[in-house]
Amino acid sequence: MLEAARCPNGHYHHPPHPRCPDCGDVPDGRIDLAERTATVVTWTSAFATPPGVREPNSVAIVEFDLDTSDDGTESGSASDGRSNDNSPGANDDGENGAPNEGGTVRAIGGLTTDEVAIGDRVKPVYVEQVRAPGAGIREPESQGWDGYRFEPL
Amino acid sequence: MTVCIIGASMTTFGRRDAWIRELLAEAGGECLDTAGVAPDAIDHLLVSNMASGEFEGQTGVMNALAHDLGLVPAYAQRVDQTSASGGAGIHAAWQSIASGASDMTLLVGGEKMTHRGTPEATDVIASITHPVEYKHGLTLPSFAGLAARQYLHAYDAPRESLARVAVKNHANGVDNPHAQFRKEITIEEAMESPMVADPLRLYDFCPITDGSAALLFCSEEVAKQYTDEYVRVAGIAGATDTHVVHERGDPTTMGGVVESSRRAYERSGYGPEEVDCAELHDMFTILEFLQLEDLGFVEKGRAWEATEDGMTERDGDLPVNTSGGLKSKGHPLGASGVAQVYEIVHQLLGTAGARGVDADVGLACNVGGFGNCVTTTIVEAP
Repeated sequence: MLEAARCPNGHYHHPPHPRCPDCGDVPDGRIDLAERTATVVTWTSAFATPPGVREPNSVAIVEFDLDTSDDGTESGSASDGRSNDNSPGANDDGENGAPNEGGTVRAIGGLTTDEVAIGDRVKPVYVEQVRAPGAGIREPESQGWDGYRFEPL
Repeated sequence: MTVCIIGASMTTFGRRDAWIRELLAEAGGECLDTAGVAPDAIDHLLVSNMASGEFEGQTGVMNALAHDLGLVPAYAQRVDQTSASGGAGIHAAWQSIASGASDMTLLVGGEKMTHRGTPEATDVIASITHPVEYKHGLTLPSFAGLAARQYLHAYDAPRESLARVAVKNHANGVDNPHAQFRKEITIEEAMESPMVADPLRLYDFCPITDGSAALLFCSEEVAKQYTDEYVRVAGIAGATDTHVVHERGDPTTMGGVVESSRRAYERSGYGPEEVDCAELHDMFTILEFLQLEDLGFVEKGRAWEATEDGMTERDGDLPVNTSGGLKSKGHPLGASGVAQVYEIVHQLLGTAGARGVDADVGLACNVGGFGNCVTTTIVEAP
């Protein structure tokens, strides 16, 4: 499950937080993003990676449009690489939590390829081991090492 | 109460044999000596340091330094705000004087990193990330790659404009005797250096560095008892942005920079147009663009053009990173925010030597994480 939390005021966040980052309410719903499709907001391929991380490591920030049907026929609001709903100009007093009233939620993860571009449509693909457990400095037992990578449609 | 800075020092930055205790004592001792302040005058000692325990296995560095400099029984506290620990230390020092809790506060920032290889040091720094980021191997360089790609795409900026930042800051570093790198580079060298986080290459990144820097704070009344050569903290503020980077509306805007500078400008009475020189947190070249915009020096999306037009050169309208910046001076995490203001102090006092520019108001922006926590400090000549 690629889990996003929904709070009583309709804000979605991945990962879930104990309180909603937008309004402070306790989330009371969960949705699974794993069966949905998303749009690449931006991506990179990293080299000289730390212990336990594949090299090169291609990763992307992707945006799920929660109003879009799952067949990927609509391109979503991030097709230009920037979300209009969340642009700073829409938030005059300088607040920076990403308000998700626009029905979008973002996630980050590895890519299955570096043949990708901003605006491309991707789908989550389950991976049992996203990183070699125990190789980094974090407590291995504190980490769930499975996860989702994004594959271009 | 007006808070002043009456002493500033820094060690040579680079690959040093000294451990964290020795680095801190070197900068702290020199700061007291040059200011002519006796150890028993220090009420508060603050030590900016991100990760001495993780890098070296040495914790309790503030107590070690208090003893090593003869400051006992001064109150001592370590300040950690990741790579913004230095700026956070300035904020804490300003509070300690402004509140009346301390008459004289010594701030020493430092980090010992190079004994770890680059992958291990990168992993220590990446430990600040959320598990959903960390488990996918996200590092600070990869966040920089993500932001740089989006910036170049959104604002139709040429890749070479980022190389201009590195070339400028390397040129400035040549005249800084404390800098890790004192050699000029060319656009071509930067553009052909190894790929680190596509589209960013090796010369878009600051190095791993050992070093320390120190500042001495007191009221203006106390300052005048020691010297005429002091500067005032005109305004300072800190702010946060989301811990999870992808939850920001726009990864090319650093909310903590926007918010901390808004409040620092307000407290100082100065606006961006009145700032004469700035030290920005160029841990990655793209960050210099983002800060130029989010601090209000140029419009959103225009920093790359301003840089290509020479605005930020030493002889430009707003000299940025006359010290060489993190890029060429080096980035010992806890020391960097302190060393930024060391440079501003010398610019305002006219003691920056060959790096000198004409400045009465300077600004330093110290960024922690990928903009997770930020401190903006505005300093003025009396």
